[in-house]
Amino acid sequence: MKSFKNKQLYQLTLTQILETVREPEVLFWGIVFPVLISIGLGFAFTQNSISKFNVVMTQENPIVLDSLLSVFASPENENLVWKISDKTLGDTELRFSYSDWKSGIVALKRGEADLIVGDSAGVIRYHFDPHNSQSQLAYLKLSGLIQSPASSTQSDTAIVPLTLKGVRYIDFLIPGLIAMGIMSSILWGISYTLIERRSQKLLRRMVATPMKKSYFIFAMMMVRIAMNFIEAIIIFLAALLLFGVEIQGNIAALIVLFLAGNIAFTGIAVLVSSRTAKTEVGTGWINAVQMPMMILSGIFFSYHNFPAWSIPVIKLLPLTALTDGMRSIFNEGAGWLEILAPSTALSVFGILCFWLGIKCFKWY
Amino acid sequence: MLQIEVKNIFKSFKDVRAVQGISFAIPSGQFVALLGPNGAGKTTTVEMMEGLKTPDHGEILIQGKTWQKHEKELRKIIGLSLQETRFSEKLTIRETLRLFASFFELGDKRVSEVIALTGLENKEKSLVGALSGGQRQRLALAVSLLNRPQILFLDEPTTGLDPHSRLDLWNILNELKQQGETTLILTTHYMEEAESLCDHIIIIDEGKILKEGKLEDLLDENSRNLDELFIHLTGKTLMETDEIVQK
Repeated sequence: MKSFKNKQLYQLTLTQILETVREPEVLFWGIVFPVLISIGLGFAFTQNSISKFNVVMTQENPIVLDSLLSVFASPENENLVWKISDKTLGDTELRFSYSDWKSGIVALKRGEADLIVGDSAGVIRYHFDPHNSQSQLAYLKLSGLIQSPASSTQSDTAIVPLTLKGVRYIDFLIPGLIAMGIMSSILWGISYTLIERRSQKLLRRMVATPMKKSYFIFAMMMVRIAMNFIEAIIIFLAALLLFGVEIQGNIAALIVLFLAGNIAFTGIAVLVSSRTAKTEVGTGWINAVQMPMMILSGIFFSYHNFPAWSIPVIKLLPLTALTDGMRSIFNEGAGWLEILAPSTALSVFGILCFWLGIKCFKWY
Repeated sequence: MLQIEVKNIFKSFKDVRAVQGISFAIPSGQFVALLGPNGAGKTTTVEMMEGLKTPDHGEILIQGKTWQKHEKELRKIIGLSLQETRFSEKLTIRETLRLFASFFELGDKRVSEVIALTGLENKEKSLVGALSGGQRQRLALAVSLLNRPQILFLDEPTTGLDPHSRLDLWNILNELKQQGETTLILTTHYMEEAESLCDHIIIIDEGKILKEGKLEDLLDENSRNLDELFIHLTGKTLMETDEIVQK
């Protein structure tokens, strides 16, 4: 009788296991890293299952809300916080701040606020983008509380849909998508290509000629910038035609910020791909850099939903700087002054990463 | 004039001693074979000569110059074909050659010349991904000839090729030899390749030179060919595994 050890399936499985186990880097990026990410995200999103909403109250005449907040909310920093415990649906925290209408709109554009509430002649008016699910939920929670028997306050309410350009969710989303496109395109386009060419020994063949190494990287960067530019134009034109998204600020400043973002991510891409010749390891590195930024930098939802302590850290991420800067130009009419700091920071960061990457770059 | 001087070079990788005190000198226009079985240290030796690896000990001079001080200059006068290089599969033969020609500031005329020289005229518009093993090797040779190199390094240029493709490549190299302007260093484990192409043969095993000289000086009554000589020197054959891959 033939031993099962001689069976094809057994040997194929065994060799697959051996190849995987004998490649510690592949093992780390293929198994350990995804597990760590899952645990990290699991902790981040399940430890405190509190739904947080930020509400801006305009100083019209907020009698009804004021009377409710004086009973149920407690002051915290400069805000009033109304905490509602619910074992079934989870806890809710409504954070109220007073502001004028203009500042409230800016907060809404930046994703710092979910809802603007006004109280005029006994009628509570909720201002929000009806297509923004976070704002919808904030409205449902708050209106439910105000109308509940426990509040002993009954009042007329009105929803005032905010369809102002720059306030809608689509206005929030488009600059973020363009920024994310820049990051993904450069990390995969430059890092992965460099690692693949190194693994094919093509880099080695090329540097055995009088080729200028700087030209090689520069050419890759130029192609990616051109592709990113075309991609951004297509996204913007589609958003303009389909949803009426407009650039309210300085277009020249937007181009400078766009270039700074490209510089930053090219630097990161060169650093990420500076050593390894294994595409599996390279993929791991690219994901390790890209995934946290995609989640944290406020592409799809505001990063103000993350714990307060993490916000300053999130703001340091290159994708956050690029996204915030682009949003300010798209939606808030920002110009040179506003993008000076993020553009400089992104460029300097990119150049530093590039320099470090080239210093330890393995051509062969 | 000596084109290459290799002086007592050593190279180790972790606990493997790949090259252990090799020395030789190659005059201008000579065709030299580094002959030995797989793992003999041929590629490591030639990569050190190409400036792609640095010896742990010893010195290599190309036209009297070191790689450390004259890399830019030396890159212009050498041509090389490495083992296992995979050119971009999405480029055609002509596009690949144009790219490499640009590194030497050469134009389309030279690209056409090397295409003709390596017999790739009918395939010049084909994507590299669609080429056979022999055609890829001819492309590698074409790339290495672009700059009319004074010194040409070919690392196992015919390994894995069918006999017909191998003969094609030998003919191209023989033409080059007749022109007499190029010094060739070729690594191989094919006895016939060394015999038919090279004036001088250096037999290497386990990182050391076993014997060197002209073919007629190396052979005698006991060793009628290089394989017999290698068996005589080491007790083993040159080609324990000789795979011929036809694509």
